[in-house]
Amino acid sequence: MISDLFSTTVIIGIISSGIRLATPYLYASLGETFSQRSGVLNLGVEGQMLMGAFAAFYVALKFGSLWGGVLAAILVGAVLGLAMAFVSINLQAAQGISGIGFYLFGLGMSNLLFQKMIGTVETVQGFPKIHIPFLSDIPGIGEIFFSHNVLVYIAFFLVPVAWFVLNKTTLGLKIRAVGENPDAADSLGVSVIRVRYFTVIFGGIMSALGGASLSIALLNVFQQNMTSGLGFIAVALVYFGGWRPWGILGGALLFSMVNSLQLWIQVLGIPIPSEIALMMPYILTILVLVVSTSKVRGPSALSKPFERGD
Amino acid sequence: MKSRLSSLLDAFLPVLATLAALLVGAIMLLLLKANPLVAYKALWDGAFGSTNAVAETLVKATPFLLVGLGICISFRANVMNVGGEGQMIIGAIFATWVGLNGKGMPGWILITLSMLAGVLGGGIWGGIPGILKAYFNVNEILSTIMMNAIAVQLMNYLLRGPMIDPAQAKAASQIPQTARLDEIYRLPRLVPTRLHLGALIAVILAILVYVLLWRTTLGFRIRAVGENPDAAKYGGIKVQRYVVIALLLGGAFAGLAGATQVFGVNYRIITDGSSTGFTGNAGFNGIVAALFGQLHPLLTIPASIFFGGLLVGANTMQRMVQVPSALITALNGLVVIFVVSSEIWRKKRQRRREVVALQINEPPESQAKSKETGA
Repeated sequence: MISDLFSTTVIIGIISSGIRLATPYLYASLGETFSQRSGVLNLGVEGQMLMGAFAAFYVALKFGSLWGGVLAAILVGAVLGLAMAFVSINLQAAQGISGIGFYLFGLGMSNLLFQKMIGTVETVQGFPKIHIPFLSDIPGIGEIFFSHNVLVYIAFFLVPVAWFVLNKTTLGLKIRAVGENPDAADSLGVSVIRVRYFTVIFGGIMSALGGASLSIALLNVFQQNMTSGLGFIAVALVYFGGWRPWGILGGALLFSMVNSLQLWIQVLGIPIPSEIALMMPYILTILVLVVSTSKVRGPSALSKPFERGD
Repeated sequence: MKSRLSSLLDAFLPVLATLAALLVGAIMLLLLKANPLVAYKALWDGAFGSTNAVAETLVKATPFLLVGLGICISFRANVMNVGGEGQMIIGAIFATWVGLNGKGMPGWILITLSMLAGVLGGGIWGGIPGILKAYFNVNEILSTIMMNAIAVQLMNYLLRGPMIDPAQAKAASQIPQTARLDEIYRLPRLVPTRLHLGALIAVILAILVYVLLWRTTLGFRIRAVGENPDAAKYGGIKVQRYVVIALLLGGAFAGLAGATQVFGVNYRIITDGSSTGFTGNAGFNGIVAALFGQLHPLLTIPASIFFGGLLVGANTMQRMVQVPSALITALNGLVVIFVVSSEIWRKKRQRRREVVALQINEPPESQAKSKETGA
């Protein structure tokens, strides 16, 4: 019944799982923010997520170590980020398109490795919920904010950290300078290439962690193409959030809350076509892009390869 | 003479890039404990070893070519249309709706109308991001990705609700699919295989797109906008209008690809909830094919056949050497990466030529400057 939706338990459930589901978006989008702020558009996020999801799941399944899984995802993400950095920085390849290449590579490769190394549907015992003492006992609030697994907490913690690094540190200043005016940054002695390598590798690691959060913390399975477009949405969220960590948090929560709502609608058997609800965040993103592009400006050098003028 | 050799080298870059990708594939096969020669032989046989194999390859190549033709137009205008998946889906939905609701009409009339509906649907789905880019400055990569996601949900909704097969609506299984098209409303087959008229239409359209891009004012303007929008604007071309047209045409071709998939291959739309379930990733593979064909409509024909063959052959390879066909998806990705990366050598050679030309002609300072800022 539709009235079921408005009971306190259900509302708390929706918000609580909405917060959990924001996790993969947050990792991937925050990482992508760093790459884009330095001027590199990484459209291969989806592929990096899938590879990270597989690596983490494989290690967790075969070696029984969740943190080992996280480490595996970090390594795989770093390698893929390094490859993306080399292709877009040194070889100056068109970034939108090489990203599609990395997507196809990750899609095929993760599926190939899954079929060869695991083969059947398996589940792992993912990261357990951590109940924060006292706080998690507060009615409602406790379940919503203080009883999630560790990867969820880290994701949300990274929002202020990303904001701080980008806006209050020398590193952040360099990243922004390189993304806005690489020539000027270069003439001031900032190594454009080194900064971009750093951000793109960091972006790869974060995407892979986003994938890992799906496979060993939220869903605890691996399936082929399990992200099904989530990585592309993560890229869009960067624009949606105006290249600012707090804006990205808002966008990620919007998408995850709608997802959560439609899951509950299905669970409760309410006869509302959930597809219409699922469409809304995408339409809203387009509308936000229409309104914001006149006000919020992206990094000037975004997706432009840097070349030192002679 | 020199420039001809140079352009020959340019044409071989994608081939070299593919060989590099196949080499990486061979190493991966070795790591998977399969003999690369046996595997690639199986791949070749599966793709081109018999009449039936060739037909299957061409069937697979058809949507790649159609999407790829749209990509040739869009990318030539420097519009990064990555919305092929969604445009295919909407094209398929429009066409199927017409095909199922026009019962009683003569076969070829309804088929024609359905194909046009597919073109219209895809055109709308591409045109919206076009308008958003031209007049609201919305990045088309993002808007087309969003349009893909919206199209998937729309398809899922329609196939579970208004457009569901009446038989399924009554049954308990409720499989999200449309009714099957009547036999007279299907694209005719060309030879006694699954090869259908859509393949021939695609090849004819490739020639037409070539004519459009290089023999008409419209094509000239589309390319001018892509090569240098500022110069195009200065030359009196309404840049925004051609951005919209480029995306609209790109979508229209993808829409037709979706329509021919339904009318030539599956005879209905069925969804597994994702876009790849219907498109088989053709929306992205079409980009791969077009890039491989250097955004030239005629070169996109062999490029599409090549990638169609890879995917069809992958299944044979899977059977013969027990290597999952997903390997080929990964290799496709590598081909894209290698092809776009190899562009740098083309650019470098071009720049060297320009430097030589400058030294010979010694143009005034201002001309050299304008060249620099235009780049």
